[in-house]
Amino acid sequence: MSAVQTWLDDFAGRQQQLPGATLPWLHAMRKRAIDRFAAEGWPSQREEDWRHTSLAPLQQATFNTQVVSASAQQIADQVKALRGEENGHWLVFVDGRYEPSLGQLGSLPAGVRLGTLADALSHEADLVQEVFGNETDGSSVAALNLALTCDGAYLHLARGVALEESVNIVFVASGDQIAAFPRNLYVAESGAHGNVVEHYVGRDGNVSLTNTVSRMHVAADARLVHTRLQQEAHESFHLAAIDVEQDGKSYFASNSVSLGARIARHDIATRFDGERAENLLNGVYFADGQRHVDHHTLIGHAQPNCVSNELYRGILADRGRGVFRGRILVAPGADGTDAIQRNDSLLLSKLARSDSRPELEIYAEDVRCTHGATVGQLSDESLFYLMARGLDKTHARNVLVYAFVLEGLSRIEPEGVRRRASNAVRALMPGGSMLGELA
Amino acid sequence: MLNIKDLHASIEDKRILNGLSLQVNAGEVHAIMGPNGSGKSTLSQVLAGREEFNVDSGEVEWMGQNLLEMAIEERARSGLFLAFQYPIEIPGVSNAYFLRAAVNAVRRHQGLPELDAMDFLKRVKEEMKAVGMKEEFLYRSVNEGFSGGEKKRNEVLQMTLLEPKLAILDETDSGLDIDALRVVADGVNRMRSPDRALIVITHYQRLLDYIVPDYVHVLSGGRIIRSGDFSLAQELEERGYGWVKELEAEQQKQGARA
Repeated sequence: MSAVQTWLDDFAGRQQQLPGATLPWLHAMRKRAIDRFAAEGWPSQREEDWRHTSLAPLQQATFNTQVVSASAQQIADQVKALRGEENGHWLVFVDGRYEPSLGQLGSLPAGVRLGTLADALSHEADLVQEVFGNETDGSSVAALNLALTCDGAYLHLARGVALEESVNIVFVASGDQIAAFPRNLYVAESGAHGNVVEHYVGRDGNVSLTNTVSRMHVAADARLVHTRLQQEAHESFHLAAIDVEQDGKSYFASNSVSLGARIARHDIATRFDGERAENLLNGVYFADGQRHVDHHTLIGHAQPNCVSNELYRGILADRGRGVFRGRILVAPGADGTDAIQRNDSLLLSKLARSDSRPELEIYAEDVRCTHGATVGQLSDESLFYLMARGLDKTHARNVLVYAFVLEGLSRIEPEGVRRRASNAVRALMPGGSMLGELA
Repeated sequence: MLNIKDLHASIEDKRILNGLSLQVNAGEVHAIMGPNGSGKSTLSQVLAGREEFNVDSGEVEWMGQNLLEMAIEERARSGLFLAFQYPIEIPGVSNAYFLRAAVNAVRRHQGLPELDAMDFLKRVKEEMKAVGMKEEFLYRSVNEGFSGGEKKRNEVLQMTLLEPKLAILDETDSGLDIDALRVVADGVNRMRSPDRALIVITHYQRLLDYIVPDYVHVLSGGRIIRSGDFSLAQELEERGYGWVKELEAEQQKQGARA
């Protein structure tokens, strides 16, 4: 059982070997984090934030954090297939542990530090501490990540540095019943530019747990694009938290492409700490079988004249279920806020289900906040039109399904990442790889 | 080419076609006229394979095959084309993708190699010029934000690209101004050939001034109640559809007596 006690024991056994164990602040924080998890346990559906998502199947599964070495060759092949012809910088973690032999850091411009969290903790712990977060952030799931994390990616872009090529981080869940707790930290100092792609892949049939946290600080005038492609095994559990702090005039984009896992949960929280900052939150998700995908977003408009734009589009087939809850919190004094939120779901079966809930809390004046949610099915008229032009039913359906998420996919940048995301979505459809580009 | 015998069709238990018979041979242009609700659009949708309609009885022979047993896309690939009265908007799918997918579906069926992007563009740009469509319409979503006239031009464009054996134009003239009507009519007339047939469904005579039909049929109450040559269309224009209703009532009386 993935009972709470399992993890308390795991922590007790490993706490002295975890990275940063000799750092008093971190050691103490990890203890407080595991205490929080011990007190709260896994989130239950009695909590408002988890009303639509039950972690009961996760609690019935068994996990450990031991390394079971899957075939190294298989993993290498999987990473190679993912990379394709793409350049850029690649870091690979297998079951939560860094595998330098599978990656390629490439040459980095001056002012860019890219590596692992464990490494950063031993070289620049003070800088790490600033963005590391603490045990009170988010849910008890995020606290468990803090307590048990043994590694993750670390990117620091110094003032004014533009990193042209994408930073790709691959998390491979290679073993059955293995849990991994990656924690990634990305900092873009003033005026810096970068883009980071997190890939989450697994192996068919494996029941794995990925509990991941990515924390970012986007300083004044900086620009950071964060994309995650989640394609884990359909039996696995994927729990993700993304926390972003933005200073004045910064730009941040989050692309969440979530296609795999039995239960995929994403908590995405951004906060504007300065004026005239902007963000784009973009999601494309798919659940079939009895799978479940959940996005919870929280946009903290704490400062005036910031712009946020959310678009989440989901395709739900069979008994698949999609959940979206979008909170927008406009603090007193955050006048001139401009917030747009949309969630559209396409149900491909009568048993598929979508729950969508916008929550706007506005304590400021002169604010523009709009939200909208739609749930629809494939239009018979549109199918007929395409088939009356000679397209067979599968092709016609694929065209309409893919077109539905295209608006979300088209927002993903840069182009290479968008292409990979689009290919991943098309690969979900029978014959979808033959579909080509619709635009 | 097309032989419809005593066709009865309904939707949700509402009978719409009541014993319609019509024979169309290669090279012929037929006009079907009739008042609103007479079954004109139902006929075109049933022929194209719209599944919402139930065919209750009757036969439709198409190029030696039983049309009613063919899938929607097989009908299209074998050369039956319906220009929609209300073309559907498909957000996210560019017109270029749509047109090329349609052309290649038909070409595959005919055993021809698919057109690649370059060959297709060359071809489609020529045809767009002929129907007075700007190139930008290739890169816009199918029919999305098109005006009524632009949608109808797009239907004619599809017809000219697909080169069907039989084209059914369902009220392609509705909502068109006179210039657009001419362009559409020119497009249709260019399609006329000894091995191609056309069925022009219209409420008004005015399109028939440009596309002169060989035969005119008057549809009322789900059946063809009168057939003739072009002069029938002119008669209809003069006497109006009230006359058709009288004709229909008369025929029903005769039918009841017999």
